[in-house]
Amino acid sequence: MYIVIVGAGNVGYHLAKAVLSKGHEVLLIDRDAATLERIEDELGSIGLKGDGCEANTLEEAGTARADLFVAVTDQDADNLVACQIAKHRFKVPRTVARMSDLKNEPLFRKLGVDVTVSSTILVLQYIESQTSKPPMLTRLAVLRGSDREIADVKIPPTSVVVGKKIRDISLPQNSLIILLIRRDERIQLPTSTTVLEAGDRVVVVSDRASEQALHLALTGS
Amino acid sequence: MKVLIMGCSRVGAHLASLLETDGHEVTLLDVDPSGFSKLPHTFRGNALLGDGTDEDSLRRGGIQEMDAFIALTEDDNTNIMAAQIAKSVFNVPKVVCRVYDPTREQLYRDLGLDTVCPTALIAESVRKRL
Repeated sequence: MYIVIVGAGNVGYHLAKAVLSKGHEVLLIDRDAATLERIEDELGSIGLKGDGCEANTLEEAGTARADLFVAVTDQDADNLVACQIAKHRFKVPRTVARMSDLKNEPLFRKLGVDVTVSSTILVLQYIESQTSKPPMLTRLAVLRGSDREIADVKIPPTSVVVGKKIRDISLPQNSLIILLIRRDERIQLPTSTTVLEAGDRVVVVSDRASEQALHLALTGS
Repeated sequence: MKVLIMGCSRVGAHLASLLETDGHEVTLLDVDPSGFSKLPHTFRGNALLGDGTDEDSLRRGGIQEMDAFIALTEDDNTNIMAAQIAKSVFNVPKVVCRVYDPTREQLYRDLGLDTVCPTALIAESVRKRL
């Protein structure tokens, strides 16, 4: 794969080193010549001095043939703009932006950034996992190219669905229970007459937008 | 109309006083209070400290009631990001964004932003006088 990385700070440097060792072709863009020189002494000539938000620099970098474009400067605005130029001007299939302010995630997605990565979010998730009870609903995956997700929901004893057949419970539109894990860890393929019990875990495909409604339908009392 | 200007640069301060003369209600937003000294002493609008790429700062600046948002900091990417937030998160009816880099300006104009490029304007203005 040909990977263009904008930003030769700590994240950019370690990322370049790691993907090089996996055999990928890498170009690292940064405005600071001294930083690039230091990195090139160790990793070989993989650097390009320039502004990763400038079309000329990206042209010189051969961005049009890049398989992946990664912007990891410490400025959210610079990462957003670099990814948008790579996406819209050079038609790079996948763009990744580093993001510090976690409120920016929906905006970046909406504006054409394919993947956002944020150490803020990772640390926050860790803190939440350590300080709160395990959530009743865990999103396992988002189905590629769609607005559907797969979620794992645990049925609490107080839930309205306990003792009910699957056909008698009302789930949000486009939701389907695809797997049932009983309290004793037995795995079952659910049918319309399967009765849900307290402590069951159900794996459900649903619209991402209905996540809250799904949570309420299966755990609400 | 109600106008929020991000960046109290010379242009920002000058535009604010022009708009006020025209009877508009102007709010200025800047991360650095020193720019506010460029405002004329007759300025009656609000001058707030805040980062226009931060949704909370924009809300504090009253972006939800604004008829127009103008991004005038010295940094192209800050302006582009703030303008896109104003447009696609807060649905401000009129959004104008300064971009110094002409190729970047062209790209964002193609993507639907209302952009002004001082570099191109000055070059063209000088060219016409020769």
